[in-house]
Amino acid sequence: MQVLESGRGELMRPPDLEAFREWNRNKSRRLVDKRMTEQEAISRFVTDGCYIGTELYGTVRCPMSLCREVVRQGKKNLNVCGQGVLELDLWLAAGLVKKLDITYIGLEVYGTTSALRRAVESGQVETCVEWSNGAISWRMKATAMGVPFIPTRSMLGTDTLTYSAAKVIEDPFTGLKVCLLPALILDVGLIHVHRADCHGNAQIDGISGFAAEMARASKRLIISAEEIVPTEEIRRHPDRTIIPYYLVDAVVHAPFGSHPGEMAYLYGREEPLIREWVEGSKTAEGAQAYLDKYVYGVKNHGEYVDLIGQERLTQLVAERERRE
Amino acid sequence: MSDRAYTKTELMICVAARLFQDGTTAFIGTGVPMLAAMLANKTIAPNLVPVFEFGGTGAILENLPRAVGESRTFHKALCASGICDTMETAQRGFIDYGFLGGAQIDCYGNLNTTTIGDHDHPKARLPGSGGGNDVGSLCWMTVALMQHDTRRFVPKVDFVTTPGYLTGYGAREAAGLPRGSGPINVVSTLALMDYEPATCRMRLAATNPGVTVQEVIANTGFELIIPDKVGVNEPPSAQELRLLRKEIDPARFYI
Repeated sequence: MQVLESGRGELMRPPDLEAFREWNRNKSRRLVDKRMTEQEAISRFVTDGCYIGTELYGTVRCPMSLCREVVRQGKKNLNVCGQGVLELDLWLAAGLVKKLDITYIGLEVYGTTSALRRAVESGQVETCVEWSNGAISWRMKATAMGVPFIPTRSMLGTDTLTYSAAKVIEDPFTGLKVCLLPALILDVGLIHVHRADCHGNAQIDGISGFAAEMARASKRLIISAEEIVPTEEIRRHPDRTIIPYYLVDAVVHAPFGSHPGEMAYLYGREEPLIREWVEGSKTAEGAQAYLDKYVYGVKNHGEYVDLIGQERLTQLVAERERRE
Repeated sequence: MSDRAYTKTELMICVAARLFQDGTTAFIGTGVPMLAAMLANKTIAPNLVPVFEFGGTGAILENLPRAVGESRTFHKALCASGICDTMETAQRGFIDYGFLGGAQIDCYGNLNTTTIGDHDHPKARLPGSGGGNDVGSLCWMTVALMQHDTRRFVPKVDFVTTPGYLTGYGAREAAGLPRGSGPINVVSTLALMDYEPATCRMRLAATNPGVTVQEVIANTGFELIIPDKVGVNEPPSAQELRLLRKEIDPARFYI
């Protein structure tokens, strides 16, 4: 089969499916207690130079408490995959990111991010490999399927494809040109969920973003959860489990773990604090001041929650979207 | 401001809202498209099915979402799934409309949201494709919403993030993009544009009230096709303005 076009972007981790199967073969199937603190989870499983991804989007069910811990521990030279708002902005501002498989990093309604601009335009981020949101999720889906690539009809004809690591071929069945997306295997994935048991069986309420795909595409998976529930609770609603325990390496209890973002049916987003980042991060000094106060200035997520204070958090709970 | 005075953004939202047909599906992104969809839903398209990329399908849009994944995008929705599902739904041909924005657009409707200047040494690093490329590739019809000036309407975009008609008639199909898909309109702060079928080049359809054809030409960095007959967009009605200001965005988050 002839390759008609090849993106010139770097394929950060050529997918080695045999090695991935071996990795999975050796991963424990035992139902053990995987609860630990965020300090322990991040220090054990996130290494300098690793290929790491965060799930969903910085203001929605995002593992913000884990992301802040990555900053506190100063993990370096990260190769980062994905779409991000506040979470990847914090990493960029803290100078942790070396390479990006980028789909979107921005502040949504507030526009482009100054932290991304400074990091890329200065050359601190060495490489930006371009993808679409659909493409990056489908790359994880390919890994979840255990196959080396997945064909799609997206990205064709554009510079997004030219600066990606995708390839175009003529499909042998239909003769159509299709874009082949290489499977994406993360060294470590971070996902925040509504509830999990101590083994890592995890459930999400509302939209599931790309949690199912990322969980299955990660060699190491850290779950943070608003609530830790008994396994009986999981067994009562197994249809709600999106991430089964054997994928999971660490379970971190993190109430308000998505703050200042929201958590469906639990709490709303804190607009003033999001705006504080939007305004502060316009300069390197402002970004540093925010990091000093909300990340370096507290020892852990518990202290962060205390810093925000019960009164504000109660207000966010009152403002949540309800099922009715 | 008198009741019938309005801003350029309010008119853009109204012109975009009037493009929706009832009983269709539409991929909705953050910002002006959300307001347009809500306005259409409350006026001409009560059976519009909004689809949000991270999984919300068929939400009741009571409160304005501020992010494409937030709870309001699946408020009382018909289905809450994930991004693979929504993008695959578009890829199977189930999504009629997609709404897009960008820093630059060219005469074929190609959009740039990636970099200004050279990709590897950019003058400005922009957010990237996000779902834009997927929407522009896979929805049947796309509409771009743009500020209208020569910095944004350019002869050649610095980076083709999202496909319009690429290099012209037949280029999408030649590249492998789905047959019969592509841009249908641009709603700008000055005018409404469509595309000439034979060439797939952008064409002026209607100017905003008080805007001359000459002004539109002067603010467009490429040769815009000017047909013999150019319409004039209706200003926002009293009902449209009331809905926008009182019900859709009372906190004036966007307008």
